[in-house]
Amino acid sequence: MSKIAATPQVESAVRRRIAQPPARASERLFQLALMAGIAIALIFLVTLLIQVAVRGIPGLSLSFLTDLPSSDPGKAGVGPALVGTLWMLAGVTLVAFPLGVATAVYLEEYARDTRLTRLIRTNIQNLAGVPSIVYGLLGLAFFVRFLGAFTGGRSIIAGALTLSLLVLPVIVIASVEALRAVPNSMRDASYGLGATRWETTRRQVLPAALPGIFTGVILSLSRAIGETAPLITIGALTFVNFFPASPTDSFTVLPIQAFNWISQPQAEFHDISASAIVVLLVLLLSMNTIAILLRRRFEKRW
Amino acid sequence: MTTPARADGYLRVAPRRRRTERITRGILFAAALLSIGVTFAIVLSLADGARSFFSKIPLIEYLTGTEWYPQFEPADFGVLPLISGTLLVAAIAIAVAVPIGLATAIYLSEYASDRLRTPLKSALEVLVGIPTVVYGFFALTFITPTIIRRLFDSAGTFNALAAGIVVGILTVPIVASVSEDSMRAVPRSLREAAYGLGSRRMTVALRVVFPAAISGILASVILAVARAIGETMAVTIAAGQLPQLTANPLEPIETMTAFMVNVSLGDTPVGSIEYRALFAVGATLFLITLGLTMISNAVVRRFRQQYE
Repeated sequence: MSKIAATPQVESAVRRRIAQPPARASERLFQLALMAGIAIALIFLVTLLIQVAVRGIPGLSLSFLTDLPSSDPGKAGVGPALVGTLWMLAGVTLVAFPLGVATAVYLEEYARDTRLTRLIRTNIQNLAGVPSIVYGLLGLAFFVRFLGAFTGGRSIIAGALTLSLLVLPVIVIASVEALRAVPNSMRDASYGLGATRWETTRRQVLPAALPGIFTGVILSLSRAIGETAPLITIGALTFVNFFPASPTDSFTVLPIQAFNWISQPQAEFHDISASAIVVLLVLLLSMNTIAILLRRRFEKRW
Repeated sequence: MTTPARADGYLRVAPRRRRTERITRGILFAAALLSIGVTFAIVLSLADGARSFFSKIPLIEYLTGTEWYPQFEPADFGVLPLISGTLLVAAIAIAVAVPIGLATAIYLSEYASDRLRTPLKSALEVLVGIPTVVYGFFALTFITPTIIRRLFDSAGTFNALAAGIVVGILTVPIVASVSEDSMRAVPRSLREAAYGLGSRRMTVALRVVFPAAISGILASVILAVARAIGETMAVTIAAGQLPQLTANPLEPIETMTAFMVNVSLGDTPVGSIEYRALFAVGATLFLITLGLTMISNAVVRRFRQQYE
């Protein structure tokens, strides 16, 4: 007899547990339900891409990329919208990239843990949750109306500044993470050689964190060029039949052009809307490929 | 940050290098402060626009009115139809996003092998990366005609259901990734203890991991609600522009965000009451989403269990 005497309750509980059939059915059912959930999302994604491709690809041609929009869907193109999107890309890179990285460098490399620093961090988290259309109202009130004399009103500058503020929190958060991944031993070695904080940051920390920062920046740039609502709110036009040539010109972008064509009742316009979406998705895809290649190429080696 | 020796502080440094040091620190600090400035600018723009709206329309009338006809004469500015439209879409979205998102999170965290995890997570990233105007296109040209109108004859070309479904799918990655993170943060020892007691995988997932990760899961759902409420293009394209108080998902509705887009598309004169309504609705939207974001943060803090 064993020395440990189980109480009857425990004994019966153990017996019940051991005697219980493996209940494979419920386990398998549960796993199937989980996989079904994932399958729904994946099927949705695949159907969406196929639908866009099937309707959009036939309308693609070189002239579609360069032509002006038209009331005849057969002749319309995305030329001005494509140029507008490239303007946005350049503007946001110019404004949000340095600002975001500077903020991240301050928070990670310079700031001590004060109340102000914590406020800035919380604030950036909260800004990341503000709906994009609210940034549009900010742009409308501030860049279009208040600073209209400098920006030219509903202009490329106003659009690029609005989108820059929109993606700023994303760039900061990504850059902070990239900087955090740089080991402290690198900083210590630099300080040990007598370098100042800025010299350490510029020569050691930033180069080491750059691939991570670039990846984050490219991802937020692709978010910026997919945005529609804030630009509509600041008054970007839906019909632009000229090529914007100066930063104070009015403009449109690819997603607005696609939206404009979806809003037409005729199916022909829906088709060229799909074509515009294909152009947009190809642009996004190439940017993301660059981000992935950068990540692979400069995979950290510590 | 645990950086020792601040060379710019108490080591002897040439004056020129010290000056560079001071200037760069100033520039970086200014950049960091700018993010606070952005918040102020948002609040200021919204408050200014909303104030001029509420000087014409009483707040009570705005909050309790059940008719929203800004273009009519006399105009009605009761925001309830816009809020009910927004909530209807958000409710459908959550009904889609929570089961799919949680199933994905549990599978990724408890079942999937590493070889399967990577492609699945990439697929979720693709869902995030697709612009929302594309979701709107898909809802209008595929979900409504091919699925909804086949099942329900009464459904309109524009309806809340199609919009809710695509908004639900586009918030799946939020629920899935935030929940998965908090499930993976549950220590192995808890799972092993449960397995040691003879638990099956499903029991471990549902009775051990799920309750232990509940704060992150709740936070993910609240974030998804906030995202669904603020979602604009998919809803504008697919749900229509008919502000009405209805709970019928087959009817066209108008959300707060869709109203804002539609006003912006029209030639609304600056200073007109409709133009000011844009800011009043924007302020309402901002307050709701900000409140949800803060509740989500508080939930994480309140229920966070420390495993050290």
